[in-house]
Parts: sequence; structure tokens; C-alpha cells
Amino acid sequence: MIRDTLVPLLAGTIFGAGLMLGGMTDPARVRGFLDLFGAWDPTLAFVMGGAVLVMALAWLLQNRMQRPVFATSFALPDRSDITAKLVGGSALFGIGWGIAGLCPGPGFAALAIEPLSAAIFVAAMLAGMMLVRLVEGQG
Amino acid sequence: MILPGFPDAAPLAGLGGGVLIGLAAALMLLGAGRIAGVSGIAARAFGLAESSMPRAGTWAFLIGLPLGALFVASLIGAAVPSFAGPVTLAIAGVIVGIGTRLGSGCTSGHGVCGMSRLSQRSLVATATFMVTGFATVAAMNALGIAVLP
Repeated sequence: MIRDTLVPLLAGTIFGAGLMLGGMTDPARVRGFLDLFGAWDPTLAFVMGGAVLVMALAWLLQNRMQRPVFATSFALPDRSDITAKLVGGSALFGIGWGIAGLCPGPGFAALAIEPLSAAIFVAAMLAGMMLVRLVEGQG
Repeated sequence: MILPGFPDAAPLAGLGGGVLIGLAAALMLLGAGRIAGVSGIAARAFGLAESSMPRAGTWAFLIGLPLGALFVASLIGAAVPSFAGPVTLAIAGVIVGIGTRLGSGCTSGHGVCGMSRLSQRSLVATATFMVTGFATVAAMNALGIAVLP
């Protein structure tokens, strides 16, 4: 139990700290980055670059590991098929991200700095997820 | 540090934040053997998706997100940013929720974890949501729709 929760808690906390420091919890910063044809703000490119660089090293390490340090096995996505659902869903996600300047991680992280706004976004996001589940008939 | 041509950019804070996000995702991967994809973890936490990740772990991760943000906010004492109004937030939230489930991920799962692994699906997903994100902001600006005060 402790092992199952302590690692995610620590990871979530560091993740939230990074989102806040990098400006991902500031919708104006995010929309400034997405405003490629206007007053473009490149800050988020540095966030993405830093995160991807560190994670690329982590994948190199992962390749040499038999199992994770605090768990019995890796549970990782292994699909490689490009589907209309993947592209259509991602397209929708980008639209929602552009409208309010929030994606899921910063939505949760912003609960600490602007609780009401963040709660509305998170609740609506969960409602959207529930809708997909209902339509797909797995609920 | 000021980036030439972009006086409002914060490249060092961005890079620092990105490194922290990368370290957090690395901890999830190498420690727990899992992808730090926030939309998937949220769906699992609220019983909206199947996954082998223990429910307690998903909640621990989600609780950590505002804790970490609070920690940084109290350290740097930054002003609270402006958010869109409730109706806009609700519309955007629903679209993000639907899109991330259909697309199997968001900026963290596809953008950080998948791209760094050179996953074909994540590269396609990230390119797609970046393009529609650019297009959405460009369209809203062209139509004079301002959502932030």
C-alpha cells in the first residue's frame, strides 16, 4: 500500500511543481505559446524540451532494467496502430486546450492556486470522459 | 534571462519546470513501471477507465499535483494567473475530457512520455493536438474572441 502510493504521490508532487514553475498553470502563458501566428511565447517549448530530454534518458535506463525499482513489472502501452480515433480525439483535445489554455495536469495542479476555476474545468473534463465511457458502452 | 525577440518568455523557468516534469515522469516509469499520463490516471482514479494501476496510486498522484504547485507558488510568490470564465472553462473541459479519452492521452502521456520514447502513436497525437491548438487560438483571435480578462 505504502509502496503503491508513495511513489505516485512523490511523482505527482514533483510533476505539479514543474507545471507551476514552467508556466503550464497560467492559461495566458499556454495560449501565448499556442498563438503561433500572433504574439508567440516560446516558453512552453522549453518546458516540453526539458521534460522530453530527461524522459528520453529515463527510457534508455528503462531498456536496461528487468523490473521497476518499487514494483514487480513494467505496465507500458504497446500499441503502434494509428487510428482515426487517436487522431480525432487528439484533434479535439487540442481544440479544448486552445480554448481555455488548460490541459489535464495543470487543471489538477491549478486547484491549489485558483480552486473554483480549476474545479469547474476538472469537473467538466471528467464529465467529458464519462460521456465517452457511456457512448462506448463500457459503463 | 531574456530571450532575444521574446521579452515576455521565461526560458529558464520553463526549462526548470520541464526538467522537474521529466524527473517526475522518470520516477513513475523507473519506480512504479508506469506512464505518467495525467488524463489516463484521472480516468482510472474516477473509475472511468480500466487499468492495472492501483486506485490508491492514481489518487496519490492526482493529490500530488496541486501539492507541488502550492509548494512552488509559496516559494516564488507568483501572482495568481487569470483563468477563463466558468462557461468557457466548462466547454473546454468537456472537449478536453472527450478528446483525451478518444485519443488515449494528453500533453503528459503522449507529449512527454510517448514522444521521448519515439512512439508512433504519440508523435501523431502530439502533432495533431499542437496543430489544432494553434488553429483554435488563431481562429479565436481572428474572430476577436477573448477568453482571458
